[in-house]
Amino acid sequence: MIYQDSRTILEVRNLCASVDGTPILKNMDFTVKSGEIHAIMGLNGSGKSTFSKVLAGHPDYEITSGTVLFEGKNLMEMEPEDRARAGLFLAFQYPIEIPGVGNSQFLRLMYNTVQTHRGKEELDPLEFDDFVRDKMKLLEMREDFLDRSVNAGFSGGEKKRNEILQMAMLEPSLAILDETDSGLDIDALRIVAQGVNQLANKGNAIIMVTHYQRLLNYIVPDFVHVMVDGRIIKSGGKELALELESRGYNWVSDEYKAASRVAR
Amino acid sequence: MSVVTQPNSYLQTLLAGQPNVAASKQAWLNKLRSSAVETVSELTIPTTRDEEWRFTDLSMLTKVSLQPAHGEIKLGADEIKRFHIKEATNRLVFVDGVYASALSNIAAKGIVVCNLASELAKNSAILQQHLAQQSKIEGNVFAALNTAYLRDAALIMLPRDTQAKTPVHLLFIATQKEVVSYPRTLVLADNGCEATVIEDYVSLQDEAYFTNAVSEFVLADNARIHHIRVQREGAKAFHIANCAASLSRGSNYQSVSIAMGARISRYNLNVKLAEGAECSADGLAMISARQLADTHTCIDHAQPHAISRQLHKCVVDGGAHAVFNGKIMVRRGSHHTDSEQSNHTLLLSDKAHVDTKPQLEIFNDDVKCTHGATIGQLDNDEVFYLQSRGVSHAQALNMLTYAFAAEVIERIPVASLKHSLEQTVLEQTSTTL
Repeated sequence: MIYQDSRTILEVRNLCASVDGTPILKNMDFTVKSGEIHAIMGLNGSGKSTFSKVLAGHPDYEITSGTVLFEGKNLMEMEPEDRARAGLFLAFQYPIEIPGVGNSQFLRLMYNTVQTHRGKEELDPLEFDDFVRDKMKLLEMREDFLDRSVNAGFSGGEKKRNEILQMAMLEPSLAILDETDSGLDIDALRIVAQGVNQLANKGNAIIMVTHYQRLLNYIVPDFVHVMVDGRIIKSGGKELALELESRGYNWVSDEYKAASRVAR
Repeated sequence: MSVVTQPNSYLQTLLAGQPNVAASKQAWLNKLRSSAVETVSELTIPTTRDEEWRFTDLSMLTKVSLQPAHGEIKLGADEIKRFHIKEATNRLVFVDGVYASALSNIAAKGIVVCNLASELAKNSAILQQHLAQQSKIEGNVFAALNTAYLRDAALIMLPRDTQAKTPVHLLFIATQKEVVSYPRTLVLADNGCEATVIEDYVSLQDEAYFTNAVSEFVLADNARIHHIRVQREGAKAFHIANCAASLSRGSNYQSVSIAMGARISRYNLNVKLAEGAECSADGLAMISARQLADTHTCIDHAQPHAISRQLHKCVVDGGAHAVFNGKIMVRRGSHHTDSEQSNHTLLLSDKAHVDTKPQLEIFNDDVKCTHGATIGQLDNDEVFYLQSRGVSHAQALNMLTYAFAAEVIERIPVASLKHSLEQTVLEQTSTTL
């Protein structure tokens, strides 16, 4: 939702990033305000997943120039764990499996670490159990899921639900959902979307990175951006997603090229 | 090992105390010892020129002057309390290789759990039949040395169809410096019996000493034995152990071996499988600083339809060196053999080192044998995933290292031991990272 009195959560200016010396993001500009839901759409290789990882601080990506302010702070100077503690959350496209680390053990460590850094009380195992089970209801998750290893042997849908569960627990001010719809059947998609919608409020913001329009039927964006070759070349409202669905991406690139030619 | 004509002075020193071993009333035992002494005299301490010892240099061991341990036990029960394993109501304690009856606790009914000496007369024939028969002394200087000094030993005898309801804890404690001790274990499992045996090596001092252990397991038809071995010797210790298990038809031997201690350790495990027998031989070596941990296993599919599984993991930090040699032998005629081996190593520092060698010797078609080995460092994406959830970098490394090691520890079917080892791993990873 767009609000009049919103604050700026994320401000990206001229961001350039590369991996192994290959530039991926090229002068990316992007602003997110509280209450807003953004969708970044684009083909494979357009740089949209890179953008999410750069925001979360993946060590493989090198920021070559530009600035990123998160809640007014220089995000690029922060370690990934400090970004998470400050309220940034990335729901992974491919959540990592960690055999041997129990899910409940991991979730409790995650929650308590972040709580401590936010100056709040930790929960003891019993309190935590009540807390997490309550959140699990939101995502219609089975009880035994806490006893398993983190994501190990989870189905695609279970992994994505586990991501959104973590989001529900950490209550980030900015959540980035990287291809959260991929690998989900229609029921799981509905559950995950429901969870996200319940978490969206006036004080936080969500960026959905996606290939397809499908997810946007369930989580309705305020803004849709088209990413091509490492930058956003067109922005619009939710109807832009429908247009992309019916017409593909080429026309946007063509339009952008034509406009650049005129500008020159 | 090569045969020398010159008496090996180091071995002669080690044998110097042997004549002091009190003669047994059993003539066969005296004979066994003296033939072991002869065998030792024909052998040398292996060097890195021996294929089986290529990566494990024992020259450090030969530079330490070692005496046989004296038999006086000064330990009080309170001093060893922290080594107790809650579930294990049967506990045999050996201090520097000598049986400590005051520290032991025998609660078993229907099974024999005792020091060898107390059963020698009663079960002479059966003991003669099995002692030093699985772990042969021929060509094995350490097994021969142990046998030359054979006196006290942990003996477990499980009659037909009996079940040891609680685990049997064999606790070998090192208390004296610059001594050699010769722990010995014999487990005789009759048809259809079941038991869990924990072989546990600990130390109460930090100076150099040498543990030279031999264990033998004889499983009759359909016997089921869990064998858990924990080597947590002192930091300057030398630990060399030979374990041999012989599995009759349909029997099942599950072994988990954890090596964390000692400056230099070597564990040889030989498992021989008869028709339809099953074994798992899992291991974890978790070492740091200048430690060396060498595990040599040989799983011998001597007959058809046997199943073997092996997961061996190494976590190597500092300038430590892990060695794994996993031999799987499938003899001619052992059709329908089913064998899986995997070996994974986690190197936590640039100076950490591993030598790993799967060794499949298959003399038969119609078998299923798989093996896989990986050597790596912690996965960046896994570390990043944890960090992205607010977990610090150091904590993420700790957690992932723990998880890597826990896969083996989780296979230990004794909850309190599993838990205490997990705690040890957690402490170790948080101090080294």
